[in-house]
Amino acid sequence: MGCMEGDCHFNSGNFRARKRIEQAQKILETIGIGGQRAQMYNLSSSEGPLFAQIAFEMYEKIKEMGPNPIKMVKKKAA
Amino acid sequence: MIVADKKPIEEIIEEIRDKKRVLVLGCNECVTVCEAGGKKEVGVLSSALRMYFLKNSTETRIEEKTLERQCDHEYLEEIRDIVDQYDAVVSLACGVGVQFMAEKYHATPVYPGVNTCFLGATEERGLWTERCQACGDCILAHTGGICPVSRCAKRVLNGPCGGATNGKCEISKETDCAWHLIIERLKALGRLDDYEKISSVKDWSTDRAGGPRKILREDVQ
Repeated sequence: MGCMEGDCHFNSGNFRARKRIEQAQKILETIGIGGQRAQMYNLSSSEGPLFAQIAFEMYEKIKEMGPNPIKMVKKKAA
Repeated sequence: MIVADKKPIEEIIEEIRDKKRVLVLGCNECVTVCEAGGKKEVGVLSSALRMYFLKNSTETRIEEKTLERQCDHEYLEEIRDIVDQYDAVVSLACGVGVQFMAEKYHATPVYPGVNTCFLGATEERGLWTERCQACGDCILAHTGGICPVSRCAKRVLNGPCGGATNGKCEISKETDCAWHLIIERLKALGRLDDYEKISSVKDWSTDRAGGPRKILREDVQ
């Protein structure tokens, strides 16, 4: 989660965070874990309901994607 | 510095797929500055490889280490005691480091983890541009400190050529014409007379044309 674009206490911190997330998504996609497991959202500190909505969206997305494949392998091996 | 770029992870995976134990070896020098092969990149690549092999139930163990330099005997010696434990090393150093590693440890296969690109400068974070081709016979004194060998697509020594338009090179509108920069610089320095002097034919034997190069300095041996 980052602040609204242009409203970051660290000026460009949230823009850089977005680029990092995009990079992480690419890596996760390449190694078959699923890039969509990492997402970046921007919202302000007064947007509690939006925070909850995003959390729910993420929950739905992860549920749809299924468990982390690495955890599944570890579970099978145990 | 030597500027390198990261290799695609898929390419690295393909090289080490059948190995049991792999060392990802970083370098604290140039490749750290250009964010391609330093400790941070070693960490990111190693984690990604571990996740990949774990997901595919492959018993490949990935370990990581970063040396001060991979182009010096002194620092490469630091892994002498452990290198035999590995089936392969993925070196994130430049091509020099990879080769030095391969020469020093004959029994261990070494794979490059970066593509070594050029000698360049950091213009801003995330942007590196070429400045030198290591031709071995520097002419910067006559060209206002701007190198036509590395920055002119044709390596023209008495430029500009006919392909320059509005200060840009014909190969791309984003590429500055090196000779336009040289003229502007000489103008600013009040040395435009230097521009009128014709450069003689350059001795390219000090460049790659003379084969692999060597410098022997007995004064520092």
